[in-house]
Amino acid sequence: MTRLPEPAPRKLGLVIDLDTCVGCHACAVACKEWNDGGAFGPLPDADPYGAEPRGVWFNRVHSYAIEPAPATDASGMTVHFPRSCLHCETPDCVTVCPTGASYKRAEDGIVLVDEDKCIGCQLCAWACPYGAREINVQKGTMQKCTLCVDRIYNETLDETDRKPACVLACPTRARHFGDLGDPDSAVSTLVAERDGYAPMPEFGYQPVNRYLPPRPRRDGRRDADRSAVPKDEVLDPEQLPGVLRWLDRVLSR
Amino acid sequence: MRPTFSIICFTVLSGVGYGAWFLMGVGLAIGPICGAPQATAHPVITLRTCHIPFFDHASLLLALLLVVAGLLASLGHLGKPSRAWRALSQWRSSWLSREGVAALLTFVPASLLVTHAAAEAWLIATATADHVAPRSWNGLAWSEWIRPLLGAWLAAGSLGTVFCTANIYASLKTIRAWHERHVVPGYLLLAAYGGTLLVPAAATLDGMLHPVDHAILGCAALVLAAAGAWLKLRYWRAIDAQPATTAGHATGLEHLGDVRSMEAPHTEESYLTHEMGFVLARRHARKLRRIALWTAFAFPAALTGVGVIAQIAGAVSPAWHLLSWAALASGAAGLFVERWLFFAEARHTVMAYYAR
Repeated sequence: MTRLPEPAPRKLGLVIDLDTCVGCHACAVACKEWNDGGAFGPLPDADPYGAEPRGVWFNRVHSYAIEPAPATDASGMTVHFPRSCLHCETPDCVTVCPTGASYKRAEDGIVLVDEDKCIGCQLCAWACPYGAREINVQKGTMQKCTLCVDRIYNETLDETDRKPACVLACPTRARHFGDLGDPDSAVSTLVAERDGYAPMPEFGYQPVNRYLPPRPRRDGRRDADRSAVPKDEVLDPEQLPGVLRWLDRVLSR
Repeated sequence: MRPTFSIICFTVLSGVGYGAWFLMGVGLAIGPICGAPQATAHPVITLRTCHIPFFDHASLLLALLLVVAGLLASLGHLGKPSRAWRALSQWRSSWLSREGVAALLTFVPASLLVTHAAAEAWLIATATADHVAPRSWNGLAWSEWIRPLLGAWLAAGSLGTVFCTANIYASLKTIRAWHERHVVPGYLLLAAYGGTLLVPAAATLDGMLHPVDHAILGCAALVLAAAGAWLKLRYWRAIDAQPATTAGHATGLEHLGDVRSMEAPHTEESYLTHEMGFVLARRHARKLRRIALWTAFAFPAALTGVGVIAQIAGAVSPAWHLLSWAALASGAAGLFVERWLFFAEARHTVMAYYAR
């Protein structure tokens, strides 16, 4: 059924800290590794060692250079942005599906694809502004992040391992998993403390996942200014003796 | 967006077919139009000739072929075509599903009419001197309420199907060039326009269309060509004015400064960049739009205009046939270019994540 379920109190999702993410892609690799062998796999690579190694990834990490506006005294920074399904509360990727293959679970809000019903029309991928869905060329069906639903409820695993693979793999603990519908949960507290946000809210899909914005960086330019030679000192290398002119040239490289 | 050949074929071919069915459906619903009674050799019996406006067997059949070809082409876009029947289930929320249901419902009157036309053709073909089959609706004992009912059903079904097709694209908020107010009227108008080109051309095959209808459809084609060109120009101006989504907006980091992609997640193309990062059309948009305007609207309008004048002047000749086929060929080619551009020019929001 592609009609959305009634909003449930439980909203499982991820909180991703853009301040501590170092862009190592460990989450993306761990996701690929788990889901390739998991209940929703395999995640095929169309041409793994060829010229066009196109494959399905549920998680892709972008890196951005941010140049502050010239008037401000903020410094530039690099931000790594892991992009995956935000398990929205009212997403169009579910309602556009003509077959009922794309659905949102009523009990915990996880958005999934029923591979046995999917006809591979790709309309859900077109409807997602976050690029969460990718087609499995071999099977002809759509695939997406499952929030490791085959892991988080897996009673054969240790209690501490019942988390999405990306969360467990993150070396800087930049990824957190929990119930964002519960205002007292650890993830909700984190979101409240750090002003967690969801990108592009104007689509009205009400994402569950949250990103924690990078904290303001120490002003690198001011540090640089302090250590540098004062600007009013003038040095004309032409006036120096030969050895010192050579030394100045070498050190200026 | 990557322009997929199967989807372009689907929207153009079935669009033109439904446009023709819409016109014929309207004609059937209006009912027969009869000329003044004319005296015969018999002192008492007078003869009236009647015809169903815009209705023609060859057009009915050709439109069927186009609609079926278009729908089959659309299956080519699916990863699992054998499961296509499942797409009929979610009509409550999905425009794609509604489109499938509307298409199936439209086949009901269409197949009845085609069967009836075939029966009529068979009766005429097997007519002998003793048993002359009358070439009329009453001759096959179709009651006076079934014909307008089937006509209205055919017209409404065709209109509804194209409306659903347009809304599949217009409902996608992520693609601004599709989620735009000119899109749905454009699909409807161009389908009707295709119909006004198809019916006069196909009718030359069996000569069933009344000369007055030829002229009316010709004039309608001229009006719709002008309206179509005007609508497309307005649409293009509107989408050119749409600002592109920036990486700063897509990541929600624009308050920190100018955000630009330093490193994409993968060095090679992914499904997303392959499917949604199509640039070629936007680079050559100006030229392609001009080609679309000339071939889709200007040439067919000129050819149709000459034909209408010839018709009014009473100079009916095989040249008229060629003109209407040439107008259809040019119009269909132009609609292919127009549809290719519609898909290929559109930007998907997700590409903002890759903006350098």
